[in-house]
Amino acid sequence: MNKVRSNPLNTVAMHGALILYTLIALFPVFIILINSFKDRRSIFREPLALPNSESFSTIGYETVLQQGDFFLYFQNSMIVTVASLFFVLLFGAMAAYALSEYRFRGNMLMGLYLALGIMIPIRIGTVAILEMMVATGLVNTLWALILVYTAQGLPLAVFILSEFMRQVSDDLKNAGRIDGLSEYTIFFRLVLPLVRPAMATVAVFNMIPIWNDLWFPLILAPAEETKTLTLGSQVFIGQFVTDWNAVLSALSMAILPVLILYIIFSRQLIRGITSGAVK
Amino acid sequence: MKQARIRWHILVFLAPAILVYTAVMIFPLFNTLRLALYTRVDQERVFVGLENFRTLFFDPIWAEQFWNALGNNFWFFLIHMLVQNPIGIALAALLSHPRLRFAALYRSAIFIPTILSFVIIGFAWKLILSPIWGIAPSMLDAVGLGSLYAPWLGKEEYALTTLALVSVWQFVGIPMMLIYAALLTIPEEILEAGEVDGITGMAAFWKIKLPLILPSIGIISILTFVGNFNAFDLIYAAQGALAGPDFSTDILGTFMYRTFFGFQLQLGDPHMGSAIAGAMFAIILVGVCIYLFGIQTRMRRYQL
Repeated sequence: MNKVRSNPLNTVAMHGALILYTLIALFPVFIILINSFKDRRSIFREPLALPNSESFSTIGYETVLQQGDFFLYFQNSMIVTVASLFFVLLFGAMAAYALSEYRFRGNMLMGLYLALGIMIPIRIGTVAILEMMVATGLVNTLWALILVYTAQGLPLAVFILSEFMRQVSDDLKNAGRIDGLSEYTIFFRLVLPLVRPAMATVAVFNMIPIWNDLWFPLILAPAEETKTLTLGSQVFIGQFVTDWNAVLSALSMAILPVLILYIIFSRQLIRGITSGAVK
Repeated sequence: MKQARIRWHILVFLAPAILVYTAVMIFPLFNTLRLALYTRVDQERVFVGLENFRTLFFDPIWAEQFWNALGNNFWFFLIHMLVQNPIGIALAALLSHPRLRFAALYRSAIFIPTILSFVIIGFAWKLILSPIWGIAPSMLDAVGLGSLYAPWLGKEEYALTTLALVSVWQFVGIPMMLIYAALLTIPEEILEAGEVDGITGMAAFWKIKLPLILPSIGIISILTFVGNFNAFDLIYAAQGALAGPDFSTDILGTFMYRTFFGFQLQLGDPHMGSAIAGAMFAIILVGVCIYLFGIQTRMRRYQL
């Protein structure tokens, strides 16, 4: 087509720049992972070398598994993330449906009220949230975190989902009404399956910040039995600063689940972001 | 359309979201602002009006910490705007090039730091930059720049900038993705029309693409602003609640945490903490308003 656009020199330069940045992006993760499988001496002597038969060691992982309750932390993070996502999606979809399907007084106002939370971070209200959780006895329970993350995720979820629900055909819903389906059945049986792709986008958007959050676990649920993986690794690493094997292994154990999930869901995530969900 | 009977299903659909959102987000937000107007005297909560804010802004001990944190926070934000967003835009421009091979692979790889938690990022960089391990100095030595090395995270004059750059490294994926999405929506015909007129390559980017993606750049700027002004995790993970060395990396998030939760010898003070939260709220609100009324409405939007 055009000379400039397909100039081979340009192509090489572009790949060069992208490869360079990719290396910058992956290097720290790579360094942590390879060194977590080495013995202490090789970590310091040849930090850039891959583990070989001589330097291979899993001593760090053994320490981590003995000293820290990482399975419990992992389970807590899992429960909190899955439960929060479930409530964000269910409540968010219900509210989005009400706002996009029915005309009623205060519809606009309700939409604006919910939209407030998109820009204003929930952390600002932490002092009062903590006070409320203490008063209701929810402090140091996973429920405190689930409630906070649900509230945090709802505004954007309602916003994105109602955009998509407006596109669901009215004929379909009216056909359902003529067949005598209740409004609830129409929502759960007809509308929800049609907005599944949008729900997936919302889920992926919310998943990462919830899983990685340090602030609320630190303040609302710092007890040993409710620690999330993020907080657990933070505390663990803080205690074992001088044990490099343990620190590197703990970091790797925190990286791996997220990395695996990302490899599975990256298509979904990237499609979600690029499909123009954030307009 | 006006009916006397209440349509219960609307209420049922709306109630859970509104209830949770109001109870856990909106109510605590205003309650925090209200708490900022009180103080504790002998176990009693006493209304003091704007006294806490006066202490925060003018009391020598508090004001020094507050203005320090605020100044650091602006520097943190400035580095994000000047480094993160241009790099993100440049990467997106490269990735959106038609017929570029492995684009999906690059995109996924560059996004990886963004999905990792601050704790991992903070410690990983702390180890890499550490003089004990020596990865950073030996790598600089390899390219002949060994003399440039300094224990950046331990020096007052460099620590904040270093952490800001680490944060940039982590989050560059977000502007990259959003700009990439915006660039994909530019129709091929417009670019071809430009080519016919002789506008290609870099000129096409500056003259055609950039004006078309300005709204996305606006969104990224406000997201960066809000994100930076309630940042906390990275600083806490890398430098602890004291935001060392000597508070040189203290930003509003860490300052608020220390104040209301207490740390070491300092006792927690929820009322002063609320006052800081109130200041953060005001700053974010001003930023969002400038964006909504000053930038977004004036920005030209082109119908594509």
